[in-house]
Amino acid sequence: MFVFSSIGQYHEALREGTVNCVQAVEHYLQRIEATRHLNAFIDVYAEEALQKAKDLDAKRSNGATMGRLHGVVIGLKDVICYEGHKVSAASKILRDFTSIYSATAVIRLLEEGAIIIGNLNCDEFAMGSTNENSSYGKVLNARDESRIPGGSSGGSAVAVQAGLCMVSLGSDTGGSVRQPADLCGIVGMKPSYGRISRYGLIAYASSFDQIGVFGTNIPDVAILFEVMAGADEYDSTVSHQPVEAYASLLQTDKKYRIAYLAEALDHPSLDPEIASAIKNLAEKLKEQGHEVEPVAFKLIDHIVPAYYVLTTAEASSNLSRFDGIKYGYRSKAEGLDLNELYKESRSAGFGREVKRRIMLGTFVLSAGYYDAYFTQAQKVRKLLVDQTQQIFNNFDVILLPTTPSTAFRIGEKMEDPIAMYLADIYTVMANLAGIPAISLPLFTHSNGMPFGLQVMTKRFDELSLLRFSEQVMTQ
Amino acid sequence: MTDQSTYEIVIGLEVHAQLLTLSKLFCGDSIAYGASPNTQVSPITLGHPGTLPKMNKKAIEHAIRMGLACHCEIERENYFARKNYFYPDLPKGYQISQHTTPICKGGYVEIKSGTERRQIRLNRIHLEEDAGKSLHDVDELNTCLDYNRAGTPLIEIVSEPDLRSAEETVAYLTELRKLVRYLDVCDGNMEEGSLRCDVNISVRKKGDTRLGTKVEVKNLNSIRNAKRAVEAEAARLIGLIENGEPVQQQTRSFDADKGTTFAIRDKEDADDYRYFADPDLTPFQLEESFIEEIRSALPVLQEDRVKKYTTELNLPEYDARVLTDEKELAEYYEATIVHTTLYKAAANWMLGPVKSWMNEHNRSIAEFPIQPAQLATLIQLTDEGKLSFSVASTKLFSYLLANPTVEPLKAAEQQNLLQQSNAGSLEPIIDEVLLKFKDKVAEYKKGKKGVLSLFVGEVMKRSKGKADPKVTNEIILEKLKN
Repeated sequence: MFVFSSIGQYHEALREGTVNCVQAVEHYLQRIEATRHLNAFIDVYAEEALQKAKDLDAKRSNGATMGRLHGVVIGLKDVICYEGHKVSAASKILRDFTSIYSATAVIRLLEEGAIIIGNLNCDEFAMGSTNENSSYGKVLNARDESRIPGGSSGGSAVAVQAGLCMVSLGSDTGGSVRQPADLCGIVGMKPSYGRISRYGLIAYASSFDQIGVFGTNIPDVAILFEVMAGADEYDSTVSHQPVEAYASLLQTDKKYRIAYLAEALDHPSLDPEIASAIKNLAEKLKEQGHEVEPVAFKLIDHIVPAYYVLTTAEASSNLSRFDGIKYGYRSKAEGLDLNELYKESRSAGFGREVKRRIMLGTFVLSAGYYDAYFTQAQKVRKLLVDQTQQIFNNFDVILLPTTPSTAFRIGEKMEDPIAMYLADIYTVMANLAGIPAISLPLFTHSNGMPFGLQVMTKRFDELSLLRFSEQVMTQ
Repeated sequence: MTDQSTYEIVIGLEVHAQLLTLSKLFCGDSIAYGASPNTQVSPITLGHPGTLPKMNKKAIEHAIRMGLACHCEIERENYFARKNYFYPDLPKGYQISQHTTPICKGGYVEIKSGTERRQIRLNRIHLEEDAGKSLHDVDELNTCLDYNRAGTPLIEIVSEPDLRSAEETVAYLTELRKLVRYLDVCDGNMEEGSLRCDVNISVRKKGDTRLGTKVEVKNLNSIRNAKRAVEAEAARLIGLIENGEPVQQQTRSFDADKGTTFAIRDKEDADDYRYFADPDLTPFQLEESFIEEIRSALPVLQEDRVKKYTTELNLPEYDARVLTDEKELAEYYEATIVHTTLYKAAANWMLGPVKSWMNEHNRSIAEFPIQPAQLATLIQLTDEGKLSFSVASTKLFSYLLANPTVEPLKAAEQQNLLQQSNAGSLEPIIDEVLLKFKDKVAEYKKGKKGVLSLFVGEVMKRSKGKADPKVTNEIILEKLKN
């Protein structure tokens, strides 16, 4: 029986010869088959993954050095392109579309010996907080199958939560990695904006999107991140800052200067049990010698509106390419003129939430409304960046809840999009400010569901983020 | 017939020039013209999901070159904006362009209007990507799409409404085309669509200071059609006003077969392009040193050359202009006069035999087989009297065209074309001629001096053009004295 606890231990077992890659892949293929009803995977690359595993086993026994992700079994969110494989952003408009190139992140994973086992369900075009907006149907939370796993990277979270792969990739535009990680009880990290190339990541909102990582522990997340991060000639928004060997630098007993946002923990929308769990943790950290202080954060009620104005504006433009002309779904109706063809194809090809956001975004960019919405939201973003910067002048990390509540029941909030949007209150800050953030699975609610702690550091200081997280996770 | 002369025509131009880069504005695909459809299309050009643009620095350089040559102010803080609209030949559903920060602002282009020269002010020059092509005539039922052109770097050169006639429009376009070719930023080939033009036109009564309602005529693919479109549209607008009908703000197209314009869009359905900064491309700053580097590498432009040619080389203005119309011709001329100080003679050779050869064979100066140094030798030989101009420019010139590696003097010797200026070899021929035309000699002696040219001509004929006319003349005069 194959048991996975971490990439490090897996590699040790491979070296000792107590396990091999084929066994690992077979194990996961069985697990995936046994949990089909969770609907986490869209396509499973069974043959291909087994073949890759065989090749790796052969190379290893021939004495070849192991890549940093040798034999690591990984699932990809269905918004990340992998040459020769279908990618659809869980949308009907891209149903049966096969990517003709691989994302930079995917190429880097493969170069280190990763085995990609399949692509994972998500909210259509990464728009949603519950994974109920997928043309492939909803994903179930493995902890309680009557509950949502969170979104938009719900499939990626459940795949790790339910042990269907070792680690997985998601994308995080406003919390789409951290929120499902929180609701599923695993680790979910969103790096700084500009740390991992977005080339090959289907865009939702270009100035917010980042590929993120799901795992069960910090070292696994760190090694995956380390492999993918760094400059890429195909993405001019990626930073040229050198990539550190994060995974080998995690151990530290450093005492941190920790801020928590007073307004956030006292917010009326926050489940009191979550609020007290985080306050208690803050106290504990103080006792352990860290400096912990509340800081004022008056912008909290402006950031969700600003986030939705800016992301939907970018989305309305990013999703224009899905027009039924070059690829993807095209209406079969006869006798349509050009405009009708666009309307019919896009109306039938996109789901409800995606259309809602395209219309919202088109509206906020329209002449006459532009300044009142788009320009105003940009100002909020600028203020937020400045204020966040100021906090980091005095502190190393910021603590926040990841979500205001634990995973809710399937269907519970689908009819109230505004309430759904407001639940992003704690996660959108990191995307607006471009800073790294992580959700750590530290708590269990009295309702039996997990929830996490969100940690943020300044931009490109993933080293502190991961080190602090490792300290908190291992105590 | 209305009297058009009581109206003033006001014209502004938007000219798109495809930049002479190797690859597209935001990816590595080739932009070579004439490839089979959809062969220069990477996933980036096709706007495949997940692709991102990456900036081509060469295109920025080209835009700055053009801006500097047009006396523009160069924007230091640039960003690209998305211009959102749906059209099948636009792969991403938006065009990456510039909006509030065109890379070049202001500036002017000098044109010749009648006998004077006039500055046409520019509003801006900005960078953007071209769209693909919708082909409506390939298939009977379907519109076909060729995305090879999609993403080709363009500059859009927007003038102020400073032009006042079809002739000025022609002069401006001619000047722009010359300029882009001089600068090597665009091949200026309007037939292949490398240079395209939209005309904004309005008319008003002479003396009015307010502008009339403007009409835009789009996509004119030759200078001639731009001229015809301006003439047709001005006449149409004047006709409307004369008949008391309102002018509508419209976008129109020019039908080159009929020579008329027709409406394609009213202002009411004008697009809202929802411009915003493209988040996939980081804003870029232009360093002073980068701009200065480009400035110092700018070629000498026509006006500077004309000035030099007329003052330092003492060429007539006409010669100077023709020689400098094309940079390559000017460069050839300048390479020639490195070897000879006979500037005017060199100009004559360029404007005479060389230009004739180019026109006759429809070739460029780059394809001219004779090297500047050889041409200079030819000019020197003629000036020294070793060759007559007519022999040099016909016989020897054609020989050298066919045998460009042969040294001109050697060629002349081999071909036996050198002038006979020694009296010894000329005298027998002259004696023959004078003998043959005894009666004419008698007439000469009676005072009919005009027949002298007959003798000289005959000697030239018999010597197959090699006789030096000056020497021949002298010998004949001497002989006739007796």
